[in-house]
Amino acid sequence: MTTTSAVSTLEQILARYEPVIGLEVHGQLLTRSKMFCGCSADYIGSPPNSNTCPVCLGLPGVLPVINRVAVEYTVRTALALNCEIPEHSKFDRKNYFYPDLPKGYQISQWDMPLSLNGHLSFTVDGEEVRCGITRVHLEEDTGTLQHAGDILQQARSSVVDLNRAGVPLMEIVGEPDLRSSEQAREYLVRLRQILVYIGVNDGNLEQGSFRCDANISLRRPGETELGVKVEVKNMNSFRAVQRALDFEIVRQGRLLDQGQTIAQETRGWVEAKGATISQRSKEYAHDYRYFPEPDLPPLQLGVDFVERVRAGLPELPQQLIERLQRDHGLSPYDAAIISAEREDARAFEELVASGVPAKAAANWLMGEVARLSRESHTPVQRSGLGVAGLAALVKLVEGGSINGSTAKELLEELYLPGGDPAAVVRDRGLGQVSDQGELERLVDAVIAENPAAVADFRGGKEQALQRLVGGVMKATRGRADARAVTGLLRDRLSG
Amino acid sequence: MTPRTVAELGASLRRGETSPAELAAASRGALESLAPLHPVLRYTDELTERQAARAARTLAEAPETAGPLCGIPFAYKDVLCVEGVETTAGSRILQGYVPPYTGTAVGRLLDAGAVPVAVTNCDEFAMGSSNENSAFGPVGNPWDPSRVPGGSSGGSAAVVAAGAVPFSLGTDTGGSIRQPASFCGVAGFKPTYGRVSRYGLIAFASSLDQIGPFARSVDDVARVFTAMAGHDPRDSTSSPTEVEPVDEQLERGVAGLRLGVPHEYMTEGLEPGVRTAVESALALLEKLGATLEEVSLPSTPAALSTYYIIAPAECSANLARMDGVRFGFHVDRPSLTDSYLETRGQGFGPEVKRRVMLGTYALSSGYYDAYYRKAQKVRTLIAEEFDRAFEKVDALVCPTSPIVAFPKGERSDPLSMYLCDVLTLPVNLAGLPGISVPCGLSEGLPVGLQVIGPRFQDARVLRVAHAYQGATAWHEAPPPPAPGAGSPTS
Repeated sequence: MTTTSAVSTLEQILARYEPVIGLEVHGQLLTRSKMFCGCSADYIGSPPNSNTCPVCLGLPGVLPVINRVAVEYTVRTALALNCEIPEHSKFDRKNYFYPDLPKGYQISQWDMPLSLNGHLSFTVDGEEVRCGITRVHLEEDTGTLQHAGDILQQARSSVVDLNRAGVPLMEIVGEPDLRSSEQAREYLVRLRQILVYIGVNDGNLEQGSFRCDANISLRRPGETELGVKVEVKNMNSFRAVQRALDFEIVRQGRLLDQGQTIAQETRGWVEAKGATISQRSKEYAHDYRYFPEPDLPPLQLGVDFVERVRAGLPELPQQLIERLQRDHGLSPYDAAIISAEREDARAFEELVASGVPAKAAANWLMGEVARLSRESHTPVQRSGLGVAGLAALVKLVEGGSINGSTAKELLEELYLPGGDPAAVVRDRGLGQVSDQGELERLVDAVIAENPAAVADFRGGKEQALQRLVGGVMKATRGRADARAVTGLLRDRLSG
Repeated sequence: MTPRTVAELGASLRRGETSPAELAAASRGALESLAPLHPVLRYTDELTERQAARAARTLAEAPETAGPLCGIPFAYKDVLCVEGVETTAGSRILQGYVPPYTGTAVGRLLDAGAVPVAVTNCDEFAMGSSNENSAFGPVGNPWDPSRVPGGSSGGSAAVVAAGAVPFSLGTDTGGSIRQPASFCGVAGFKPTYGRVSRYGLIAFASSLDQIGPFARSVDDVARVFTAMAGHDPRDSTSSPTEVEPVDEQLERGVAGLRLGVPHEYMTEGLEPGVRTAVESALALLEKLGATLEEVSLPSTPAALSTYYIIAPAECSANLARMDGVRFGFHVDRPSLTDSYLETRGQGFGPEVKRRVMLGTYALSSGYYDAYYRKAQKVRTLIAEEFDRAFEKVDALVCPTSPIVAFPKGERSDPLSMYLCDVLTLPVNLAGLPGISVPCGLSEGLPVGLQVIGPRFQDARVLRVAHAYQGATAWHEAPPPPAPGAGSPTS
């Protein structure tokens, strides 16, 4: 028998138990208007309660009208996740009281969702994972609350903002097919990527347009029955999801080791404490009293509609990764990195289309451009330089007009303000010194000035050559063609 | 003196004998004199003035564009939202609520130039059959102020019966237009579900509610219905199909029509006077050329319990928004839960609470299948039985209510009150059009004849009722002058 301890580590617990994880993701849809009224779905930044109308305020007497684009986006998502689209679907009322829910019920979908039975496949550490998608359904978002105090129940006062109320919200319910926090994280990364690719969601976890709740339980390896599950909420980043799940694995494992039972409950992740805390136990679970929404007729999606959406489905990340390898000869690794963000992949394709060799385009995007993009929070598309400017710059390097280090300096300088790289090179005389005669003269001078380095190199110290190359670069303020200089030096010194 | 109809008032306006403002003022005067009956909750003064001026302009400047309702005063039930006019659904919980928008049905009447004068009293959230559930006090029946006018649209029925306005609007969820029409001796029409937009109607039971008119003549009912009917993009349950023109059908009479008499509607505890009046009406229709045929609607006895699961279930959700946070009545308590409990506890009356609790129970986990799902199945059965009946007959004719107006306070237990609607609520469950027209008196009180048609055959229902009125004068009989009831408009 394994020795158990109240202080077992994650690794020790994982050796004794198998985590079973299922994720529920809520994604706001990038429609122009809200789910059931004409108010803008882009609510962020509006003064409180200004982005509202009688319908999303839930005033007496109003009625909802279905946003067709939201239905289309949900079906698009469902198809991207390999779901079936039943012919008949309907909306239901989910009843509960909360000040951010103006009607006292949320219009959602209960037993006849827009889609069912999909899956998402991906690899983690070389292992293929296939996670079932139970359903993708459509509902409306709630308003937001701000409390003077931590939570509603303890607040001295709370204010309600209904700008977000009624924004189309898609719920993607995953099967409990995930077996580690890494798999959970990767599932979310892949799912987010797909939603952003197909243009239905902006994938912003911090602002909550992409939100995740997790259900997690433990069981002994080989057991087929599921353990008591705990729902974890309030995770605002991929990292938080992974940390919260690892925390739960340890917490539940230690309780089970001590022979205790797990309470079925909802727990919230508290980032500052690095822990989950109990929010609501099963006895206080809601009875949502779902029933068919009488204000909306049942939905009947024709085969034509579904096929039209399927035909319009944009290229998915996995398809793009394969195409980048096939058409542009990228390595699987490079293809995966370039396609992680749709914008990067688009920039890559634009660079290649404008004549930049694929490998060079990939290297620039994954290297210097990625760094500048991250540091300035500005992707190259929205930078002053733009993709066209980047292409011009890379072509200057590839054509031998400037060398790599000049290009990096120029990129950094022009990235945000923008500018024509060729003009800057011309105006400042940054053009690469590649004239054979000029280079020979410079090389000879450096050899003459550095007898020690010359001796070292001839004595077999390969690094000494770099000192000599550096001397030439210094003399040209970095503009010399480093490769040509290296060749010349070798010729001279071995001659 | 016979109160004047929409048609007569319209002709007067066109001849320049009177003005919209004058008619509105006369209506207002007549309504004020009805104060002891308490059918009016508030007057729409500012809007009245604005609409009267608008109608006057239309009549003066573009009379050819003026429809039959232009300049005609009317009253509407306190569940219809009109921008700038307090709307409370007869409930304390909505006191002080002024909607920032106008619902479609009233909006279309305003566009047609009709002039609202008053908001009428009703049962709280349209829940009741006697108007005794109004948070602002009961309404008296113009035929006998000690009796109820029926409900829930009791105020709207009473003001037309008393001749104070030529027409009014009510809503009908289980009989709330037809039953008070029957009790007050006027015509009251519930259109096919989906024919008139519900946008702006404070919902009681969304799958059953319909807005409809009260008037003396079916002619006038048809005019008001025509002005309101038709698809509304704001109401997804409103039908996109064309409205069949009523005018073309109205005068066709009943000769050759097959009229069904539902066996189950003639046996269920009808008061003798009601039976006699309805049987003479059926005989008259036969004399006018219709053939009568007995039909059976065997699920009728299940309709009441079906209705009292579905309607409360829907209302339990519809009324959840009345939380005191954003509008209406609010009781301030230190905790949110206590504020909810106190606001709703003090804001809702006993009948509303009863139905919210019934509905909440019927939808609860573990009871849904036994109640709500089963009720939906029975509802389908009831609708199918009507469909089968309409394969054999063109319309159904029967009593509107098994009884006449009863004394206030007589029906204090809820079940006896619910039984008032046994002959009307199956029509809502099936979504059919139905009208009640006066067809005689029983012990001095009006009796209503109900005509029911297939879905979207609203015009046919109006045609049968109009043919009946063409051969009778019951609809022209005003109530006897009651003390304090005032005189009708002249």
